[in-house]
Amino acid sequence: MTMQITDAQIEFKDFNFYYGKFHALKNINFQMARHKCTAFIGPSGCGKSTLLRTINRMYDLYPEQRAEGQLLFDGRNLLGSDIDVSVLRAKIGMVFQKPTPFPMSIYDNIAFGVKLHEKLSSKDMDDRVEWALRKAALWDEVKDKLNQSGMSLSGGQQQRLCIARGIAVKPEVILLDEPTSALDPISTARIEELIDELKTEFTIVIVTHNMQQAARISDYTAYMYLGEMVEFGVTDELFVKPKKKETEDYITGRFG
Amino acid sequence: MNLLARRKLVNKIALTLSLSAMVFGLFWLAWILWTVFELGLSGLSLALFTEMTPPPGAETGGLLNAIVGSLILVVLATLLGTPVGILTGVYLAEYGRYHWLGKTTRFINDLLLSAPSIVIGLFVYAVVVAQTGKFSAWSGVIALALIVLPVVVRTTENMLQLIPNTLREAAFALGAPKSVVISKVTLRAARAGVLTGVLLAVARIAGETAPLLFTALSNQFWSLNLNEPMANLPVTIFKFAMSPFTNWQELAWAGVFLITMGVLVLNIIARVFLRAEKIN
Repeated sequence: MTMQITDAQIEFKDFNFYYGKFHALKNINFQMARHKCTAFIGPSGCGKSTLLRTINRMYDLYPEQRAEGQLLFDGRNLLGSDIDVSVLRAKIGMVFQKPTPFPMSIYDNIAFGVKLHEKLSSKDMDDRVEWALRKAALWDEVKDKLNQSGMSLSGGQQQRLCIARGIAVKPEVILLDEPTSALDPISTARIEELIDELKTEFTIVIVTHNMQQAARISDYTAYMYLGEMVEFGVTDELFVKPKKKETEDYITGRFG
Repeated sequence: MNLLARRKLVNKIALTLSLSAMVFGLFWLAWILWTVFELGLSGLSLALFTEMTPPPGAETGGLLNAIVGSLILVVLATLLGTPVGILTGVYLAEYGRYHWLGKTTRFINDLLLSAPSIVIGLFVYAVVVAQTGKFSAWSGVIALALIVLPVVVRTTENMLQLIPNTLREAAFALGAPKSVVISKVTLRAARAGVLTGVLLAVARIAGETAPLLFTALSNQFWSLNLNEPMANLPVTIFKFAMSPFTNWQELAWAGVFLITMGVLVLNIIARVFLRAEKIN
């Protein structure tokens, strides 16, 4: 089922993942294209979030979790011990299901990540903060209250703040873990528009429960079930003419 | 319908029981406060804050040396106990949560938290006072710091544990090292709670008598020397209240009033902090 992709940036090869003894991801093989949006869909517990969280080695925080096989990023294996996760995470940003603004001002929320990796003059930092907030379509709403707490924003604004915070570090890839599941439809629509624009500069990987969302915004979709990648393909083809019976059952709502 | 009537009756009974329990508790508290106000207020005067503890039967006299002594002891003990407590709390919550050393430390801290303060007083007497051969303000500071320590450790740990893990992950996801995640994000998110813990610890030691009886002792006179016994409110109250002299008894009540007010104000400040943080 391995499908070759032109200009692949991330590639999983014979990839397995374990939570202690539990085998959570089984023999994953696929590629993700540069500057495209790849969506992971599947029922709860199928491993789609687990898969996403391996790309920035989030599992490193938990000693009982481990990965085997290869996870290539521009040809380099990310699972190796020679990888500096701090540098890796500057290249691969992440946005979570619930908005996670830090307990500091809007400005400092954006500057936090930048300061970790670059030394900028205060003028350059101001420019970077504005640039990131504009990219995340939040600038006009917050430009007059950059000193206010990030917690004072609405849920949708907080999520765009988190996206801006990730963008500010100038990553190559942005991982989105169900970024709209805690938001109302209007905020969700704004985030989806945003993802569409971000695709021109960043590689986007999104986990979503919402199949319509995957169909709307992604170029490639992976359907996962019980830790296996059942089907992976171009989104339009996968949703219109799935190759596997299980995929069809899931996307037509007969299951899941 | 019968079920509904029964449910309402049970509700009424439970409500009555919990209300009467509350009234029972508040009754004694109100009585204590009333007595403290009634007997303490009459002892309040300018002399209380300007004059030293008097000899028995004297016409005038105040508590200046005891007030200043108590402030010095409490401030130094807090300065000594708080940093150690916060750092230990950080270790327990962020590093050693599942490690054997963390578990052991948590267990010992719980023991220390529930240890009677007189035990701590005797301990410091044995290791400091008996070794140096004299009572001193320093030994009192150490005893009080040992009471501050477990309270701050416990509240810091609990407050950090309340911080959702996603906040930590979000900071790690930006490539932050653990030290930055803790100092800039989690401790900052928990600061109101940690500060409240410190204030509650201060309120607790402000009235502790037993640990000071064996350490700082007391002093009839003005002394700022930390190597000598130092006057303080709790021991002065203890001594004066037990005495047969009316002027001492009145001063004891005034001292009780001061401590009660101090603790009340600290608790109110702690609540205001917590509320301000919630609104943010």
